[in-house]
Amino acid sequence: MSLIHKTAAELGRLVAAREASAVEVAQAHLDRIAEVDGEINAFLHVEAESVLAQARAVDERLARGERPGPLAGVPVAHKDVFATADMPTTAGSKILEGWRPPYDATVTRRLREAGLVILGKTNLDEFAMGSSTENSAYGVTHNPWDRSRIPGGSSGGSSAAVSAYEAPLSTGTDTGGSIRQPAAVTGIVGMKPTYGGSSRYGLIAFASSLDTPGPFARNVLDAALLQEAFSGHDPLDSTSIDAPVPPVAEAARQADVAGLRVGVVKEFGGDGYQPGVLARFHEAVELLESLGAKVVEVSCPSFTYALPAYYLIAPSECSSNLARFDAMRYGLRVGDDGTRSAEEVMALTRAAGFGPEVKRRIMLGTYALSSGYYDAYYGQAQKVRTLIMRDFEAAFHQVDVLVSPTTPTTAFPIGERADDPMAMYLADLCTIPSNLAGNAAISVPCGLADEDGLPVGLQIMAPVLGDDRCYRVGAAVEKAYESRWGGPLLAKAPAL
Amino acid sequence: MADTATLMPYDEALERFEPVLGLETHVELGTGSKMFCGCSTTFGAPPNTQVCPVCLALPGSLPVANEKAIESTIRIGLALNCSIATWCRFARKNYFYPDMPKNYQISQYDEPLCTDGYLDVEVDGKIVRVEIERVHLEEDTGKSTHVGGATGRIHGADYSIVDYNRAGIPLVEIVTKPITGTDRLAPEVAKAYVTELREVMRSLGVSDVRMEQGSLRCDVNVSLMPRGSTEWGTRTETKNVNSLRSVERAVRGEIERQAAILAEGGRIVQETRHFHEDTGQTTSGRSKEEAQDYRYFPEPDLLPIAPDPEWVASLKAALPELPSVRRKRLQQEWGVSDLDMAAMHNADAIDLVEATVAAGAPAGDARKWWMGELARRANEAGTALADLPITPGDVAKVTELVASGALNDKLARQVLEGVLAGEGTPDEVVEKRGLRIVSDEGELSAIIDQVLADNADAADKVRGGKIAAVGALVGGVMKASRGKADAGRARELILEKLGVQP
Ligand SMILES: [Zn+2]
Repeated sequence: MSLIHKTAAELGRLVAAREASAVEVAQAHLDRIAEVDGEINAFLHVEAESVLAQARAVDERLARGERPGPLAGVPVAHKDVFATADMPTTAGSKILEGWRPPYDATVTRRLREAGLVILGKTNLDEFAMGSSTENSAYGVTHNPWDRSRIPGGSSGGSSAAVSAYEAPLSTGTDTGGSIRQPAAVTGIVGMKPTYGGSSRYGLIAFASSLDTPGPFARNVLDAALLQEAFSGHDPLDSTSIDAPVPPVAEAARQADVAGLRVGVVKEFGGDGYQPGVLARFHEAVELLESLGAKVVEVSCPSFTYALPAYYLIAPSECSSNLARFDAMRYGLRVGDDGTRSAEEVMALTRAAGFGPEVKRRIMLGTYALSSGYYDAYYGQAQKVRTLIMRDFEAAFHQVDVLVSPTTPTTAFPIGERADDPMAMYLADLCTIPSNLAGNAAISVPCGLADEDGLPVGLQIMAPVLGDDRCYRVGAAVEKAYESRWGGPLLAKAPAL
Repeated sequence: MADTATLMPYDEALERFEPVLGLETHVELGTGSKMFCGCSTTFGAPPNTQVCPVCLALPGSLPVANEKAIESTIRIGLALNCSIATWCRFARKNYFYPDMPKNYQISQYDEPLCTDGYLDVEVDGKIVRVEIERVHLEEDTGKSTHVGGATGRIHGADYSIVDYNRAGIPLVEIVTKPITGTDRLAPEVAKAYVTELREVMRSLGVSDVRMEQGSLRCDVNVSLMPRGSTEWGTRTETKNVNSLRSVERAVRGEIERQAAILAEGGRIVQETRHFHEDTGQTTSGRSKEEAQDYRYFPEPDLLPIAPDPEWVASLKAALPELPSVRRKRLQQEWGVSDLDMAAMHNADAIDLVEATVAAGAPAGDARKWWMGELARRANEAGTALADLPITPGDVAKVTELVASGALNDKLARQVLEGVLAGEGTPDEVVEKRGLRIVSDEGELSAIIDQVLADNADAADKVRGGKIAAVGALVGGVMKASRGKADAGRARELILEKLGVQP
């Protein structure tokens, strides 16, 4: 088996045992990127020389007897929303074209410390706003399963890179489903950790109270290893939780659900869901039962209001977070001809630098926070948020984890929803509640929809800091399916 | 915009209208590091050298609240008799301005740390209670300099430059409730309040409260209501009030301006006005009638502040002696009247007198010099007493020289003049100017002989028993010695030489 098809855990073992060098592993992935990324467009920035230099440095660390961790020498694709001091950081926006941060995000720094080799920066919806990666200022990314379809979003470059074997691992951020939904539609594993479990420092903010860095991988254990590598308390992020990282890798190895209580969220299913998605989901529930889990139906009535609440809270925060892009200190500057005022230059720059979806959300948020509307919109949405947390709390008194389809449909064709924001927003219907409540949730592959032969994801939700439960259940499901399918789901993807 | 306002004489304005005041004071905390990052807060560093990703609002950076600043704010609230919130949040105040890196300010909105306090101030021997609405914590902005144009303001400037060193320095905002019933003392009450507040800050050691460096800034709100009315008028907010004296002048000027407008049936525009140090007048700034919508919402990047009540109680127990209490104590120690104490307070002389006493001077002498000769000099120079180039130690030295008989008061004044002129320490000035009293008997005797010879008539009168005439002779000696003679000794010697028994 070639290096690019190996798991991250296996690559880490090979490098640590000096059976393969980090440079060889990096070179294999650079070759793959060169071979297929023209068709996928997962990466916005890859600089082979710097990748190889990183890999050489890891080999030297290992030669000196250092043991940076189980993923030392393993390549990772990094969502271009994390600050990287040695690579451009654009957040998929024209307004930051060519910007090189003078500092590393905490996640970036921890990847380096753990000896991971950053292959490059991956494409995303501008400022992580979207569900298809069509909102990037730098072109669309294609789903390796069907290049006419979207790879999900906003972390579509990261999901595509991993599912196209351009990287064994990638990072993402999940604000409303931006890791789980792309993972589901590309047939890989994507995890949204507990909010505050992974640092936001150096992550270009979309919605501060929701943004959560998390891992993508082709299997559950690899995702857990990556999450462990970059998680943990960060004094630079006040919302980071000062508690030990849940034992996620251990849980992924445990892969057992006997006696576990699993709740099926009653509100997710029915109208608007693709039949093939529901069929795979119901099979997955039966599978869990056959593995010894106790399955019950659980009602979370407030989940119905999660989507509208999200589309008030997230735009409100983004309208404020994105105010800093004003041409004064960094990024694009338009119209500074010596006659215009600073205010005019700010306005012209923002008009030229932001794409339509970003503008739409800034305007939504500005409106929702305006005096006279605040209580009716932002205030009301916060109340819904509290109700959703209570629904989760009540549910987790009855069950250990909740399950649902990750997305209502499989990957839709590029362009299909581009002019219909409401249809686009529905892609995050099932994922948003966990962002509003801050709890952990994972998406693992559960088969292909009959209609289109495209991957379907199973979402497993656990309480705050119950990330290990997501991995434990996810790994059990993965193990059962792999023995049923004779390998991972991704093996069924057409060759590139 | 140079609008020249018509003014109504102050007395007339007060006959017809009653002023209502409000004061918003911003105090930069001396925390060493900024509110949400680790950058230094030292004043006067080269532009943009005390900055980092956080205070420059680089994409991805996040704030971390300065615990020390929260503690200082709570201590300020306690000193101002406020209730301390048990749970409150920061909020974002959203508006675009080039010197505000994030284009929102992290501040507090409807959940301030401290609420409902008061500060008693003394004006004209009366205690006036100024009620405090709220004390909250926020961050300062950067500083824009507008280059070109006539006004130094953004309108009409050729270009602007921004220094972000100040961006993110912790700032405490102290807002009074409307202050009514001050009547014609409104300007003095405003000044006394800011003075007292400044002293509270100093005693707490939370800020160096230097108005000229902007670490204490005051916005003055003034409105007028016609006598007999109970309905408040429209208020204006005057900014750029950079000294205690300006606080007083700004209130006075605004009362005179508003009164003139109202008397002619005009309407006060709710607006920000700028105070001009040179004229004592205000000019129109930004109109607030198209009110800015700041779109406040709770700051999601920071956790709520929930001060432990036990910790707050321990902070309260550890508060230092507050200025009003200290003044009472010093008044007793120094044995001065209420009036004298108030005068020292108004002249900002208490610290100076106390330091002079600490340097060894008797309280009465220390007070005499600071409130007399030195106050006069400060007034002539138009500076604050504390800014005179003389130390309490110098003044103590001068009182010591007088007490030892080495100087008389007249010479002492010359010594002070020399010190103020930068000629050195009191000892050095005495040396350089040759100001020591003539104590050489031979020299003095020679001067007296000459004076007696020149004033034979007066000498005869004294000899004839008209002892009162000796005064003219002593005066002659003092004149001839250019004030350096010991007048008492001269009198003794004159009488002795004339054979008269004193
Ligand atoms: Zn800083």
